[in-house]
Amino acid sequence: MAEKVTIIVHSGDMDKVYSALIIGNGALAMGMEASLFFTFWGLQRLKKGGLEKGPLSKMNMLGLGKWMIKKKMKQAGVASLERLLKDFKELGGKVLACDMTMEIMGIKKEDLRDDLISDYCAVGTYLTEARGSKVTLVI
Amino acid sequence: MAEIKVDCTGETCPIPLVETRKALRKAKAGDIVEVIGNHPSSKKEIPMAVKALGLKIIDIKEKGSVWKIRIRR
Repeated sequence: MAEKVTIIVHSGDMDKVYSALIIGNGALAMGMEASLFFTFWGLQRLKKGGLEKGPLSKMNMLGLGKWMIKKKMKQAGVASLERLLKDFKELGGKVLACDMTMEIMGIKKEDLRDDLISDYCAVGTYLTEARGSKVTLVI
Repeated sequence: MAEIKVDCTGETCPIPLVETRKALRKAKAGDIVEVIGNHPSSKKEIPMAVKALGLKIIDIKEKGSVWKIRIRR
């Protein structure tokens, strides 16, 4: 069985979601398996139209900081989160949605991008993934 | 045997790695995948991924900041 990376995407901040998707894609590109467990603020990014909506984790300055970083990222040729998530799925990555977060935040399945989500689950599924992983991260 | 070309010029982390992987998945055993790009770290990281996948690099050429890596599937 291939080595695996499991990442908890707890933050919904744009830069942190980038980190998670870059590492996830990198793992898949290097022949590993990868699972992303979206919970709390991270799950907000799986809402329809929500992927690029996260603020910058620092110096967001009501969106001005994010705008500046986005401009720099565009100049540097950084891919969009949309493209990274699409690539992640294409290379066989698993996207897991925390159903407890859905309950406490009143998020329904139809609010989320169901086509991208491999499973709606909880801590048991996360641990089943994590215990067989070489690398586990919380972002 | 086919030769698959992937142009990642102007792309940065992690796209050159991802596009290389996508091309290798589509290639059949014996095919050659040629990746061109100019992201500095990818020049050394694509060979790392190739090794991890148990495949072989044919050669790496460089002209200025542009590199070309050929991989045997």
